[in-house]
Amino acid sequence: MSTPWRDEVARVAGLARIDLKPDELDRLAGELEVIVQSVARVSEVATPDVPATSHPLPLTNVFRADEPETPLDRDEVLAMAPAQEDGKFLVPQILGEDA
Amino acid sequence: MSDTLVDYDDAVARYDTVFGIEVHVELGTRTKMFDAAEQGFGADPNTQVTPVSLGLPGALPAVNGTAVEYAIRIGLALNCTIAESCRFARKNYFYPDVPKNFQTSQYDEPIAHDGWVDVELEDGTVFRVDIERAHMEEDAGKNTHVGGATGRIHGAIYSLVDYNRAGVPLVEIVTRPVTGAGERAPEVARAYVQTLRDMFRALEVSEARMERGNVRADVNVSLRPSSDSPLGTRTETKNVNSFRSIERAVRYEISRQAAVLDAGGQIVQETRHWHEDTGHTTSGRIKSDAEDYRYFPEPDLVPIVPDRAWIEEIRANLPELPAARRRRLQADWGYADPEMRDVVNAGAVELIELTVAAGSSPAAARKWWMGELARTAKERGVELEELPVTPQQIGALQALVDDGRLTDKLARQVLEGVLAGEGDPEAVVAARGLEVVSDDGPLLAAIDQALAAQPDVVAKIQGGNLGPVGAIIGAVMKATRGQADAARVRELVLERVQS
Repeated sequence: MSTPWRDEVARVAGLARIDLKPDELDRLAGELEVIVQSVARVSEVATPDVPATSHPLPLTNVFRADEPETPLDRDEVLAMAPAQEDGKFLVPQILGEDA
Repeated sequence: MSDTLVDYDDAVARYDTVFGIEVHVELGTRTKMFDAAEQGFGADPNTQVTPVSLGLPGALPAVNGTAVEYAIRIGLALNCTIAESCRFARKNYFYPDVPKNFQTSQYDEPIAHDGWVDVELEDGTVFRVDIERAHMEEDAGKNTHVGGATGRIHGAIYSLVDYNRAGVPLVEIVTRPVTGAGERAPEVARAYVQTLRDMFRALEVSEARMERGNVRADVNVSLRPSSDSPLGTRTETKNVNSFRSIERAVRYEISRQAAVLDAGGQIVQETRHWHEDTGHTTSGRIKSDAEDYRYFPEPDLVPIVPDRAWIEEIRANLPELPAARRRRLQADWGYADPEMRDVVNAGAVELIELTVAAGSSPAAARKWWMGELARTAKERGVELEELPVTPQQIGALQALVDDGRLTDKLARQVLEGVLAGEGDPEAVVAARGLEVVSDDGPLLAAIDQALAAQPDVVAKIQGGNLGPVGAIIGAVMKATRGQADAARVRELVLERVQS
């Protein structure tokens, strides 16, 4: 049965390339609703002078020097991949783009 | 597939063009944006990768401070406001060249915003382009499609991915909609990207080589019935990567969209692909809800709050920008406006600057590069800077002329030798025996011979008719194979005849 929460879960699952079965959609729709409503309670408590928090640490400007470090060994890197060719990762045919 | 096109002049007579450009520039830092893998063109595939480049589980990014400084330099050069505070965000999508399944970018908090840049067109008209924002992000890896025609994705059976480029620092510069360019929109678009390219080089933030993909442009074009109408629906032509193509792509979209609108149709908001070989665009993805990047603040990177003193220090140390440099050089060299424009358009500013530094006068340097050398470059179908001659060699050649060791004509022969790979001017002079005959002895011998051959000339000259002197000079030049100084020959002839 289509409900707004079920549609939202289906849409996000689609964007995330996760294949959900109908019963999973039903269950997650209920869970997502609870999660969103719980988070929404924060907005009720927070006054407008409390800025949105994206980072819990009171840190800014953490920069790294522009100094190269030793890269990974290519053979080791490619060994993690299911397939390789000419020192590159081999991936299946790319669909959905007409270029 | 072929589109119906409206003649360009008709299209711009009936519609007002609005365009916008997104330019991506790869920064020339030693390492990547968020990890310490070395970056640079031409390395073997997948040899410049770390766990961060590959998006391995648990890998943590760290911001390259030099890349931030370069971004601020670009922002300041574009007259932007530098943000008090800004953050990175994740732009989520799936594509094999993005190993993390998101690109780390900036979304609603770019490091620089609200600027402008003046763009000078070839005829000297200055057009101001407003900048909406400049933000930091990272490049993707490089896909090679195998099995289809000429490396195209269409028809490919699989693809190969090299992650060396994944994570290379980029700054993306977005214009506000550019209005009021009228029929010159394609020219303004081209000049804008050219201006940015020159600026990146002057700022020393990137080698900015178009042919290596250091600078890439996406071009948005829309048409509307008149300049009072609301903006029309736009298309975005992706990856137009040469100046000429930018101009052609805008021109093409104007003609194509005009035909659609003329026929009562509607422009589809879509991504289009530019085909360099045929000079046309084709439809790509239609922009839709499916393109939902679910941006959210990057939790692994803390906000950037550029210190005001740091910004002012960067501002104070900004190098001279190309437009200011052109004005200064023009004043130093004493060139008239049209002369300077020709020099700029021919790409000869730096060549002349180096030639002058090598001792030539500005006038002589311009004469060589815009005359003989420009002609040679045109004949060979190459740019001036691609000619096999250096500004130092031209300076040395001009010094030989200034010292009276070469006439202009001999100097051109020496240049021929230099261009033919025979070495520096001095070497060519020596090898070809081209130096001006400065010893009066051989000249007098040649003069006597010429006078003896034309006895009536002496009487005429002695009678006050100087006309025939030219004939004697001509004969002497011929006898010395052009290696005599005509003025000196004239003096000697008159002395000889009148003594």
